[in-house]
Amino acid sequence: MKRIFPILSIFTVILLAYALYEALVVAPTDAQQGDVYRIIYYHVPSAWTAFLLFFINFIASIQYLANAKPATKAAVKWIVIAIGVGGVVACFLPPVQRMLPTGMRPSAVATTVLLIPIFYFLIGKFFPGERLDMLAVTSAEVGVVFCTIVLVTGPIWARPVWGIWWAPGDIRLTSTLVLWLIYVSYLMLRRFSSSAQTQMLAAALAVFGALDVPLVYFSIWFFRTQHPQPVIGGGGSMDPRMLHVLLISWMAFLCFAFLVCWSRFRLEVLQREIEESHAMESLGSGSAKASLPLSRSSR
Amino acid sequence: MNSLWSVILATMVKDIRLEWRSKDALNSMLFFSLLVVVIFMFSFDPLAEESRHIVGGLVWVGFLFASVTSLNQTWARELRNQVLDAYRVSPAPANALFLAKALGNFIFVAVLEALMTPLFVIFYNVRVVGPAWQLLPIAILGTWALVVNGTFFAAMSLRTRSREIMLPLLLFPISIPAVVSMVAGTTAILTGEESAHFYTVLLLTYDVVFTTACLALFGMILHAE
Amino acid sequence: MNDPSTSIIIVNNVIKQFGRFAALRGVTAEFDAGQFHAILGENGAGKTTLLRALAGLAQPTRGEISIFGKSPREACREVGYMAHPSLLYDEMSGMENLRYFARLYGIAGDARCEEVIRAVGLDPELTRAVGQYSQGMRQRMSLARAILHDPRVLLLDEPFSSVDVQSARAMAALLKGMRDAGKTVFVITHQALLLEGVADEFVWMHAGQIVDRTASLARSGSSAGDVQ
Repeated sequence: MKRIFPILSIFTVILLAYALYEALVVAPTDAQQGDVYRIIYYHVPSAWTAFLLFFINFIASIQYLANAKPATKAAVKWIVIAIGVGGVVACFLPPVQRMLPTGMRPSAVATTVLLIPIFYFLIGKFFPGERLDMLAVTSAEVGVVFCTIVLVTGPIWARPVWGIWWAPGDIRLTSTLVLWLIYVSYLMLRRFSSSAQTQMLAAALAVFGALDVPLVYFSIWFFRTQHPQPVIGGGGSMDPRMLHVLLISWMAFLCFAFLVCWSRFRLEVLQREIEESHAMESLGSGSAKASLPLSRSSR
Repeated sequence: MNSLWSVILATMVKDIRLEWRSKDALNSMLFFSLLVVVIFMFSFDPLAEESRHIVGGLVWVGFLFASVTSLNQTWARELRNQVLDAYRVSPAPANALFLAKALGNFIFVAVLEALMTPLFVIFYNVRVVGPAWQLLPIAILGTWALVVNGTFFAAMSLRTRSREIMLPLLLFPISIPAVVSMVAGTTAILTGEESAHFYTVLLLTYDVVFTTACLALFGMILHAE
Repeated sequence: MNDPSTSIIIVNNVIKQFGRFAALRGVTAEFDAGQFHAILGENGAGKTTLLRALAGLAQPTRGEISIFGKSPREACREVGYMAHPSLLYDEMSGMENLRYFARLYGIAGDARCEEVIRAVGLDPELTRAVGQYSQGMRQRMSLARAILHDPRVLLLDEPFSSVDVQSARAMAALLKGMRDAGKTVFVITHQALLLEGVADEFVWMHAGQIVDRTASLARSGSSAGDVQ
């Protein structure tokens, strides 16, 4: 495993460099926006990566909570399976299809829903016990970093194209901001907690945050349809060459995120090992008298 | 079930009695929101037509800030003499305590809203164009949305350092969809330009989702050390 | 030696850590029913943590506790806990306090509340708020709250602290009466001499462990004066 890390680092650097080259040189210039649009190759992959990491955080948190009791563990397992099966089936039922916003394909929605059980069981398999919490903190921290990149590059892009830094009614902008706020508060809680069960409290907050996301989306979605904003988004489909570069760029970002997460996870493991050994030390220093009196007047 | 309601009732009666004797939360909350109203009045000097568009936002932001003081007080009361431990060693269900606290907070914030709304109406010269009765469900659902999560996160922030500052940091991000719905719904009714139906449904969804989540997780929060 | 059949509380290698600090470092003990146990030890020896673990307020990091064969939280109806703080609402009268806590245990009516207030030597008619009580009265009221549901096990954290000698003696006599009525009593105290002749057993704690259990205050290697 240890040897993979440097190899993967080199691979990531090459991939990032290649993606940058593709983005700046190979990709065609946009007809309306000119070269400014090229920030998309950093903006969009960061967003996708951040959302993926937050999704992992949510799955890890809910699993951590579920594992607290054997009964809830079994129950949540079946609920997740039910969501997977039910979600896929529902996406192909006509009444549900009509509710989907235009432009959203049922098969795409079904695939996304299917990701929930897949991630749930994969994460549960590879991250047992306390490792779930370590994964949660890792993905939240790295996710916040990528989400920050999104929020910084967004206005930089918006200013020359839309003429404004920020479109308050825009659904993607605003829900990304709220997501960022939720996860910053999550990290704050972890930092300020004085509890022995910080992991539990944080997991609970993560679940609350995840429940909040669809509600944020709908509240702003309606808000926007009522108050039209300045022209937003390119509209129309993307040039296949641009899409190609975008996917390469995303690959590079995913590798980079994976590397950072890996290092951060290792750090977390080591930190907890140190904590553990300190704790063992404090236990050991006093227990020189190994024989403990089981009943009175043993002396 | 019977014991659940008797514990809820007993806890609410106890909380209201304590509040009635000290009046800590209510007084500070009332004065605080009065200050908010006055400061808003100096900051914005709108015409009657404009005020209809902004007063919904001002009212709810004021109530949001004021309710935080009440929410902090509810658990602060239980920390004095560590009375919370007496509850934790008893066989009473954790959710009874949560519901009692949330309902108690709901009453306090509702009283505050009843007293402060006339002030907003006077200072901003508000006249409702849309169907005014629809403000009532929005107010009830919106207030519950604030206090149910507020009670939960106030209990959570008991387990943190500098807990009084922690509550808004945890509560506000989660409350954004509720606040958006409350403000947009209120504005919709005040201006009469659109229907508030969607926001009412969204608030109801928010309330149902988070009340369920709070009830599912509160036992763990209460027994965390 | 203990007969295992009479041991109602079994503490098995309990470790409690607060971050890097270990408050309990492997406590193993069995306690008999109907006995008066006095827990002694210097500050920071882990006495309060042990009591809180028995009450179900502190979850052991490792190890198990069983009370009547159940976990502490399941056995909460059998256990009365009196902490160092009063666990009472200062703004309410004693009767109002007890009435509230009685509801938590599903006890309806005032009869039981009045009974326990009389049992600790206070007057149920007293309308003064608990916050205005003297320290001795508050300790008694706190005890009344702990015995409200007639528990078989009593856990008392420093019931004699900051009260005058007479009140302390009265309290000790009260607890002895409860032991005689068949209850198992645990008392943490720094005033061990008060319990000489009252307690059946002295449990000595040091640095998160039980180091000795003696039938009288005289202990090998140390004198009773140490704990005064």
